[in-house]
Amino acid sequence: MTNMEKYIEAFTTSLEIDASQLEGLEYQGVTQWDSVGHMSLIAALEEAFDIMIDVDDILDLSSFEKGKEVLSKYGVELS
Amino acid sequence: MVWNLANYKENVAVIDETGKEYTYLTLSEKSDEIASQVKSGRSLIFCLCQNEIGSLAGYLGFLNHQIVPVLLDAHLNRELLGFLLDTYKPDYLWVPVTMSGEFTNCTTEYEVLDYTLLKTKYTHAYALHEDLALLLTTSGSTGSPKFVRQTYKNIIANIESIVEYLELDATERPITTLQMNYTYGLSIINTHMWVGASIILTKKTLMQKEFWDQFKAYEATSFGGVPYTYEMLERLRFFRMNLPSLRTMTQAGGKLLPESHRRFAEYAADTGRHFVVMYGQTEATARMSYLPWQKSLEKYGSVGVAIPGGKFSIIDVDGNEVSEPEVTGELVYEGTNVTMGYATCGEDLGKGDEWHGRLFTGDMAKFDSDGYYYITGRKKRFLKIFGSRVNLDEAEQLVKSAYRGVDCACSGVDDKMYVFITDGRKTEEIRRFLAEKMNFHSSAFEVMHIDTIPRNDAGKVLYNKLGKYFQK
Repeated sequence: MTNMEKYIEAFTTSLEIDASQLEGLEYQGVTQWDSVGHMSLIAALEEAFDIMIDVDDILDLSSFEKGKEVLSKYGVELS
Repeated sequence: MVWNLANYKENVAVIDETGKEYTYLTLSEKSDEIASQVKSGRSLIFCLCQNEIGSLAGYLGFLNHQIVPVLLDAHLNRELLGFLLDTYKPDYLWVPVTMSGEFTNCTTEYEVLDYTLLKTKYTHAYALHEDLALLLTTSGSTGSPKFVRQTYKNIIANIESIVEYLELDATERPITTLQMNYTYGLSIINTHMWVGASIILTKKTLMQKEFWDQFKAYEATSFGGVPYTYEMLERLRFFRMNLPSLRTMTQAGGKLLPESHRRFAEYAADTGRHFVVMYGQTEATARMSYLPWQKSLEKYGSVGVAIPGGKFSIIDVDGNEVSEPEVTGELVYEGTNVTMGYATCGEDLGKGDEWHGRLFTGDMAKFDSDGYYYITGRKKRFLKIFGSRVNLDEAEQLVKSAYRGVDCACSGVDDKMYVFITDGRKTEEIRRFLAEKMNFHSSAFEVMHIDTIPRNDAGKVLYNKLGKYFQK
C-alpha cells in the first residue's frame, strides 16, 4: 500500500466516510469528524505511519489537505 | 426575573469567538427586546442552542420574562425534533438564522444577533404550571420526549449554592466547553451571569487550535468537562500547556477514572489551581454535590459532600436509611433544587410538584467514615456516553422499531454501548443508525451478532449473561 493509500484509509476508517468525500474535507465538515472522531483519526495516522504526532500538530490537522503538510514534518511523503 | 443583568452595567458579559465584547447593559437590552417580541405572553418556546450570543440572549430574556424555553441542541436529529414539536406544540421557535429556512410552516417574527424568532401555528396549546420555568432533556438523544420540569426557585437555589461553594465572583472568565442545552453547561452560564462575570462563548472544541488561541487571548480562568473531556486533555498533554490565566477546572457528567482524578488533582496542587469534581443530574436542576478542592487529592474518586442547602442519604433495599459508612445503597438527595418531575406529553406541562424536594437518584453510593460520598454503580439501566445519559431500554426500542424482526439487547460501559442483535448482516448498518440517531460518534457503539438474546422463562433479558462479551 502506498503512503497516500494509507493516509486515505486512516480517514475513511476512523471517520467512516467514503474516499470520495475527502477532497476539501475540514474538521466538523461531517458529523463523524467531531472531537471524538479527531482522536481516532490521530490514533489511526500514528499507527499507519508509526509516528507520534505532537500536540500542536494534532490541533493543526484541521483538514484533509492540512494533514498532508503535517505528516510531511514527520518524514511521511504522500505524493 | 432570575438575573438582574443591568445591575452589572459595563462589566463584560460575553466575549465571542471573534473577540467581540458585549456588556451586561447590552445583553440586558437585547434579551428584553427579544422577549418582548413574543406576543403570546407566557408561552412555550423551543430554543435550538449553540454557544453563541443570540442563543444566550434569547434564553436569558425568555427566562427573565416568564416565557418557558425548551433547550435543545441546534443539531438535534430533525426527525426527533419533529416528533418533539408534534408532542409539545410550542408557540415559538428560537433558531440560528442559518436554520430558519428549514421551518417552512412558521412565520418569521424577528431577527437579531444571528438568531430568528419563528411563530408556529400553535398558540397556548397546553397550560403551563405557574412555577414552571424551563424544560431540559435528560436523554433527548434516544428520541424520548421526556423533559425535566424546572422551576424559578430550583434554578435560583442551585445558582446560589454553586456560587457559594465555587466562590465565584465578577473576575471569573469561564470558556465554554459544553453545550448550553446540557444541564452542566447551562449551570456554568447561569452562575456566571449571576455574579457579573465574563463568559467566553465558543463553538470551537478542545481539538481545535482556535479554542486554545481564544483561551489564551481572552485569559480564561476556568472550564468544565465531562470524563471524556479530561481523557482528551491528557491526550493533548494538557499538563505541559502554558495557561497562566487558568484558576479552576470542574468535572461532572459521569465518573472520572480514579487514576485520572488523582493526576488532575496532583496537577492542580502542584500549580496552585483548583480541581473540583462534582455530581449532579438534570432532575436536581444541575448540581447535588462537590468535592472541595482542598480534598481533591486526599479523597480522589469521591463526589464529595452535598452542596450548601442540600442533604444526602443512602437508602438500603428495605427502604431504611444507612447509618454506617462503607455500606452501599441508593443515593437520595434532598434540597430546594430538586425539580418538580418529568413531562412526557403536553398535558404534563400543567402539573405541579411531584417530587417534593426529594430525589431518588438511581445511583448506588456509599460514604466513608469522614462523610464523603462515592458513586459505586447504577440502579437503573443507563450509560453515560461522552457525558450524556443514554437509557439502554430506549436504545433497544429505537433499534427494534426501525428494524422489524431483529431482536436486540443493549448493555455496556460508559462511553461504549454494546448492542447485541440477532441479524449478523445488519451490525454495521445498525451501528451507523444509532450514531446518527443519537448524534454521537459511532465509536461509542459496538454492535455484536449473537444467535439468540438470552432470556428467562418470563421473557426478560438476562443482561448479566451479556457481560462476558465486553467485560475484561
